[in-house]
Amino acid sequence: MVASFRRARRGEVSATFGADEHRVFRHLLLEMRELLDGGEDSAEDDPLARAVGIGTATEVPEDPALARLFPDGYTDDPAASADFRRYTEPGLRSVKQARLETALATLGEEPGKVLLTPGQAQEWLGALNDTRLVLGERLGVTEELEELVDSLPDDDPRLMLFWVYDRLTYLQETLVQALWSGA
Amino acid sequence: MSVAPPETARPDQDVDTSRVVVPDKPWVTIVWNDPVNLMSYVAYVIQKHFGYPKEKAAKLMLDVHEKGKAVVSNGTREEMERDVEAMHGYGLWATLQHDE
Repeated sequence: MVASFRRARRGEVSATFGADEHRVFRHLLLEMRELLDGGEDSAEDDPLARAVGIGTATEVPEDPALARLFPDGYTDDPAASADFRRYTEPGLRSVKQARLETALATLGEEPGKVLLTPGQAQEWLGALNDTRLVLGERLGVTEELEELVDSLPDDDPRLMLFWVYDRLTYLQETLVQALWSGA
Repeated sequence: MSVAPPETARPDQDVDTSRVVVPDKPWVTIVWNDPVNLMSYVAYVIQKHFGYPKEKAAKLMLDVHEKGKAVVSNGTREEMERDVEAMHGYGLWATLQHDE
């Protein structure tokens, strides 16, 4: 049994999580929370700066996974990218954190059926995508994903994570399809 | 490598601009290909954010996938910053630059 989303009534979508999937997915979301919380530099604890949504970070995050979540804004202009980052990164981080919290709250602490309003479904879509971006970065996912997985020895510990990545991909794909068809 | 032609038919800007003096070189928002974002998701995001018809969103998504990038919008620098910020919110890899 593999979790997938389908349309429910009144624009809602639903998915049923078995015990293993629920545990793994919840664990991943909690790790994402830690990643997003831990990436903040101390100056951003300044309540005034936080209130107006302007950060102090001007450099691409060192962690490649965070860099993927918060990329440069300009194609070839580091100074403009630095300014853009100051004005956008705190807000983007808040949005991503809020989506994670919605996903965690609606997933719940026990396996079973998850029923999402259209708004919650949008938040799940973003949270799922962020999680796949981070996992994909950690695993070094390329366009040739199958060849990459086939090249790993049978006892490679990353195989389990690739399996999880694959499940998340399927889950997100079914969510996109459910939202398309309900549009 | 080629890019999709800049699109000018944003719903709120689809007016006769032939007599309007454009004070600044237009800016463009580019979405770049990456191995993680799903093709269906990229098309969905482009359709949803820009309000393009599904066919146009699908075409832009295919350009991203096959050509490595696509111009998804153009306008003022401020408008393109808002588009890029929105794309980053969705997790798409996007940047803005002067139109080439």
